[in-house]
Amino acid sequence: MSKSYEAIEVSQHGKLGLIALNRPKVLNAINRPMVSEILDAMEGFEADSSIKAIVLSGNGRAFAAGADIDEMANDQAIDFELRNQFKDWDRLAMIKKPIIGAVHGFALGGGFELALCCDLLYAADNAEFGFPEVNLGVMPGAGGTQRLTKLVGKTKAMEWLFTGKRINAKEAFQHGIVNQLISEELLLEETMKVAEQIANQAPIAIRLIKEAVLKAVDTSLNEGMEFERKNFYLLFSTEDQKEGMSAFIEKRKPQFKGK
Amino acid sequence: MFETVNYEVANGVAWISLNRPDKLNAFTEQLNKEVQQAIKLASRDNEVRCLVITGEGRAFCSGQDLQGVNEDMNHGEVLRRFYNPMVLELHKCKKPVIAAVNGVAAGAGMSLALACDFRLLSDKASFLEAFIHVGLVPDAGNLYFLPKLVGHAKAMELAVLGEKVNAQEAKELGLATKVIPMEKWQDEITAFAERLAGMPTAAIAIIKKNLKASWESTLEECLERDAQGQRMAGLTLDHKEGVAAFMQKRKPVFQGK
Repeated sequence: MSKSYEAIEVSQHGKLGLIALNRPKVLNAINRPMVSEILDAMEGFEADSSIKAIVLSGNGRAFAAGADIDEMANDQAIDFELRNQFKDWDRLAMIKKPIIGAVHGFALGGGFELALCCDLLYAADNAEFGFPEVNLGVMPGAGGTQRLTKLVGKTKAMEWLFTGKRINAKEAFQHGIVNQLISEELLLEETMKVAEQIANQAPIAIRLIKEAVLKAVDTSLNEGMEFERKNFYLLFSTEDQKEGMSAFIEKRKPQFKGK
Repeated sequence: MFETVNYEVANGVAWISLNRPDKLNAFTEQLNKEVQQAIKLASRDNEVRCLVITGEGRAFCSGQDLQGVNEDMNHGEVLRRFYNPMVLELHKCKKPVIAAVNGVAAGAGMSLALACDFRLLSDKASFLEAFIHVGLVPDAGNLYFLPKLVGHAKAMELAVLGEKVNAQEAKELGLATKVIPMEKWQDEITAFAERLAGMPTAAIAIIKKNLKASWESTLEECLERDAQGQRMAGLTLDHKEGVAAFMQKRKPVFQGK
């Protein structure tokens, strides 16, 4: 990782690629350059065969306390249309390697939306999620209304989006927004541990599982079942399937190669 | 800095003293807010490793100032806006908090003392669930903390009957860490607070957190929390210092880090 970024810090730890949001003075408020950098780093990790999983975290006191309001305060509708800034977000959703988020402190607005782009989410017990956009007379624009609703259902999504109310770590856990709550001091350590465990699984299986689970979110059960089946069949053309099953029969640990 | 609270830091201890002695330190909106702000200030101050909440004059705190109560008052809103944020700020504090109950702690004043980690009582101190005498119910976390301290049955008696509990009775109920005679009061509470401030306060923060969480956890969750807590404690300088001091047969000097 020789590239230098302004708004993020990127590093490799064994099979893990770590992206740390790094504008701590503004609680990692998300601006357009930051999203571009995140995407660039993600796509870099995606292309790097030594990386098997991506971890996303925030430096300083928060994960990301929202979007940079100054940047958009004077925007007109057509500015957004012509800039088409959300295409970066669309491309983030196309990353095929697993993305594991570690959220501490605030994950508000765009920060919450970024967290919702993760496949797994671990949170410190001081984490606070929320969509305060409504208080500014607007609404989420990078997937908030869609992803939150798919995740927790209409009832809670509507409440949180209408009121802008903060969702504390415990509530987020209870509603399935986060996988597990961890003490803040250990958040990154424990998240990396989980990520490493996933990175040591058969990579193509992980990839096709991710694809199939995401398919479930926006397709009919029938179509999803068909899709799952094809992915299942496909894994039988991998060396890792042969290795995994031989190891199971021979009662030893499998050595996956990602082939 | 504050008008209704005296705030002072000395030897690692933040002294937060309710300062409306002519009103027996009864709560007003301002006092609620200032107590909350003082706790926040002490929580953030790296010099502070222990908090003491006490009262100026002869009372600890006599509860809500009834002079501010009128027919139009929405009691629920007053709690949501002023008391609940104060109690939550206290509950969230990672440092040990002592209630130095110098005199009567009635109504929400009792609630404030119950929300602290330790209660040192002067022999002049007393607790009083005053609410029922004016047809109200214990608030500001009172019914959350009380049964955890004295058990359900005793909590029911105290809350419903509203009888005054003197210092000695409080001690027997488990509501007091210690009862201190008035002539030794200042020396003993200072010694107790400074002793806590010299302890491995990072570990105390974890103990506080895990004890609180235990009320709503399964054994499995507690065991996992133990593991995380011990991992964090194991990384502290105080742990290293404690072990080194033990090996070298000297007294450890803890920094709360």
